[in-house]
Amino acid sequence: MSASYPPLSRKIINVAMLALTGLCTLLVLAVLLTILGYLLWKGASSLNIAFFTKIPAPVGQSGGGVENAIVGTLKLLALASAIGVPIGLLGGIYLSEFAGGWSAFTIRYTTDLLNGVPSVVMGIFVYTLVVLPMHHFSTMAGGIALGIMMIPIALRSTEDFLRAVPRSLREGGLALGASKSETIFTIVIPAAIYGIITGIMLDIARVAGETAPLLFTAFGNLYDSPGWMQPTASLPVVIYNYAISPYDVWHQQAWAAGFVLLSGLLVISVVSRMVLARGKKLSHG
Amino acid sequence: MANTVLATPEVPFESRGLDKKQTWWERLRKGDEVVHLITLAGGWSILVITGLLVQHLWVYSRLSRHAFGWHFLVDSTWDPVNGVFGAWPFVYGTVVTSLLALAISIPIGLGAAIFLAELAPRKLSNALTFLIELLAAVPSVIYGLIGIFLLIPVLFNVVPYFQKYFGWLPIFNGTFYGVSYFSASIVLSIMVVPFIISISREVLISVPVSQREAMMALGATKWDVTWRAVVPYARQGIMGSIFLSLARALGETMAVTMVIGNVAQVSTSLMAPGYTIAAVIANEFTEATGDLYLHALIELGLVLFVVTMIFNALARLLMLTMKGHEVVG
Amino acid sequence: MKPFDLSQLSRAHEVRFSSDEPADEKLPWPQFTVADLNFFYGSHQALRGIDLIVPNKRVMAFIGPSGCGKTTLLRTFNRMNETIPGTRVEGSIRLGDKDLFSFPATRLRRVVGMVFQKPSPFPKSIFDNVAYGLRLDPSIRRNEIADKVEQSLRRAALWDEVKDKLHQSANGISGGQQQRLCIARALAVEPEVLLLDEPCSALDPISTAKIEDLLFEIKNLCTIVIVTHNMLQAARVADYVGFFLNGELVELNRAKQIFQNPEMQQTQDYITGRFG
Ligand SMILES: Nc1ncnc2c1ncn2[C@@H]1O[C@H](COP(=O)(O)OP(=O)(O)OP(=O)(O)O)[C@@H](O)[C@H]1O
Ligand SMILES: [Mg+2]
Repeated sequence: MSASYPPLSRKIINVAMLALTGLCTLLVLAVLLTILGYLLWKGASSLNIAFFTKIPAPVGQSGGGVENAIVGTLKLLALASAIGVPIGLLGGIYLSEFAGGWSAFTIRYTTDLLNGVPSVVMGIFVYTLVVLPMHHFSTMAGGIALGIMMIPIALRSTEDFLRAVPRSLREGGLALGASKSETIFTIVIPAAIYGIITGIMLDIARVAGETAPLLFTAFGNLYDSPGWMQPTASLPVVIYNYAISPYDVWHQQAWAAGFVLLSGLLVISVVSRMVLARGKKLSHG
Repeated sequence: MANTVLATPEVPFESRGLDKKQTWWERLRKGDEVVHLITLAGGWSILVITGLLVQHLWVYSRLSRHAFGWHFLVDSTWDPVNGVFGAWPFVYGTVVTSLLALAISIPIGLGAAIFLAELAPRKLSNALTFLIELLAAVPSVIYGLIGIFLLIPVLFNVVPYFQKYFGWLPIFNGTFYGVSYFSASIVLSIMVVPFIISISREVLISVPVSQREAMMALGATKWDVTWRAVVPYARQGIMGSIFLSLARALGETMAVTMVIGNVAQVSTSLMAPGYTIAAVIANEFTEATGDLYLHALIELGLVLFVVTMIFNALARLLMLTMKGHEVVG
Repeated sequence: MKPFDLSQLSRAHEVRFSSDEPADEKLPWPQFTVADLNFFYGSHQALRGIDLIVPNKRVMAFIGPSGCGKTTLLRTFNRMNETIPGTRVEGSIRLGDKDLFSFPATRLRRVVGMVFQKPSPFPKSIFDNVAYGLRLDPSIRRNEIADKVEQSLRRAALWDEVKDKLHQSANGISGGQQQRLCIARALAVEPEVLLLDEPCSALDPISTAKIEDLLFEIKNLCTIVIVTHNMLQAARVADYVGFFLNGELVELNRAKQIFQNPEMQQTQDYITGRFG
């Protein structure tokens, strides 16, 4: 092999293409930073106390806030978790500990498909399932929509973390006379609990920003929404409505709401990763 | 053989209550059937929900399906007032924006994935990937917000120059109003690029060293090795990531609704406003008066469902077969 | 109870406990009596026609080359193999004078404890690890647990090393300590039999010596069946040694005899390192 191999032209192509891949990465990062930076700038400058404590001011007037939407989003997430988390946990346990063969395959595959259903279609589904029979929009319907959307990720992440628990731990439990279910609840789940919690928190963060399924389930509300049976405002829908409105005051509030929503999501996602890291540390001494 | 008889136990063998009768309480506590059944209900609820979903989409779109049949997909008149529904403008808009978005994000995403998998030190690569995956966590309504207030103003400044030189091409001509197929495609491409990067990076990383070594030994450059040995080996996984992104782009609602203009027309120019299936559902669903209108919108949902499911299934299949590949390789 | 006559077993000629035992010595009663045992993983037969008696309150070691079925046999004694789908047992095993398969498996496993090859402490505190088995039994009072934990840790010669960090994670102690913790965990429920599957294979010589010492200590508490690859270990700790080859029990004999003067040529070959 001669010293000049590869030829100069190949070397140039090599450097050029490698540089190009670096540029691609830079471009994506730049877009990311621009989005976050712009949102931070616009959002933070539009924030004030009233934003958190007041309900929206009448059209065209300044002032007011989105207190009702913040409360609405929290209520929706609480309801969604109440539906999505138990089903996801149970399904995850079933897949990792009991299911075998075709039933495991079918459920796993269906779960992945359900996860890929466009959120707007999920909105239609819950509209026909809940809103039509009830004849009106409600927090209930919105929570059910988000709850159903939570199931696939809660289920699959629970399954993955349970599967990662080594067989030796399960055998350790069985060998001490624990039944399979005792082993699951006293050894396998505790061993995987940090991962499971992380998965669920990320799952909540993911549905917290969903807008489309709320448009025709929770709908929206200019006022506080008492109880669970009335339409409710939510942060994502408020962002949407305000952003496409013609009023500058509302645009400001859309930015502020976007900022609050995204900060919330990022905080959840960072905290949950810390939970996972702490869990790793605990179980490795 | 002397002495092959073992003695009787000094302490008679009692087996420590081993053969005591089981109480119902012990049976319940030790019984796995109850837990099995309860978790089974959790697992099967997925099938029930999915079944209900399909059934509802089917039943609640029947009026429209019966009235328009397959013409629904290719007729371009969408006239709620007169009860005539043809979805072609939406189908067209959905396909155009998704494909354009992929055309933008595939090269960039693949480039970045190659950089992150092959060039960047692993630590840096992991940190950058974490950041890029944050992009995937940003809700679509926020992309819409950025699209309206940041992207479109920028495009207003850029597009006229572009049109000065390329305006003769039919896909670039016409007045630019900001909201357009083009704007929607750019937003979509930003939204799907994290998927392409993170999945492709993973499959590239998992390509066995042996694949590289053979070419490296021949004195090939780093790029040659990557492009001719590593990428072809990982192409199934990469295709999988692309199909997944396509499914996402097709079904994406809010961000597109906010920047595409929502005009039910079919234009050759990418600079013209348009409409997509998801956007029309989001916009008109709560205003749909009359059952036929509602059913037409739900039929659009059904179409979207079927198409995204097909691409999702393809993506999963590709990635499944790739996993088998890994085991063999 | 009727005394067991080894000649009743189908291949009694392979089972000689007492060729040099004084005729009047009180012999141990059989803890396990295995007759014509076959074991299958799916279609793969891992044990073939095993006949064997495990005497009470003695240490019996199983040796043999890798894959010969030692672990499999050990795991049939507490029916752990039942947790692997697709497995099948033929033949009979008696615990004392009762059929091993007539008991609920979860109860059986409290009487026949097991320690695995790889130390596998639960990701809980040291205390909770040892208390785990105790807490499964509702008839054990809460206030007894601390005492029993201490007692077990002392038996496993671990108490002095961990008494100040009982509530720290069990993953934080050394591998040797973890393995002794697993032994303590198994001893806590006061089993009649302790099965050990190569308990020292992952440990350094000092930890190994500690475990061997503690086996001597607990030998009067329970019957011990140990699988080992280390013939010196078998010679040191065992009263009886069984040699396995390809799923068959080739020879079962007093430890001294098997290492000094084995009856079967294959045993001789294995012991002198001519194969495996
Ligand atoms: N879970 C299983 N499924 C299928 N076959 C198995 C399984 N476990 C063991 N086997 C097979 O059964 C045979 C006996 O295995 P076993 O683990 O009992 O051997 P061993 O004597 O303990 O070996 P080692 O000294 O390596 O631990 C081997 O051929 C092994 O491949
Ligand atoms: Mg073994």
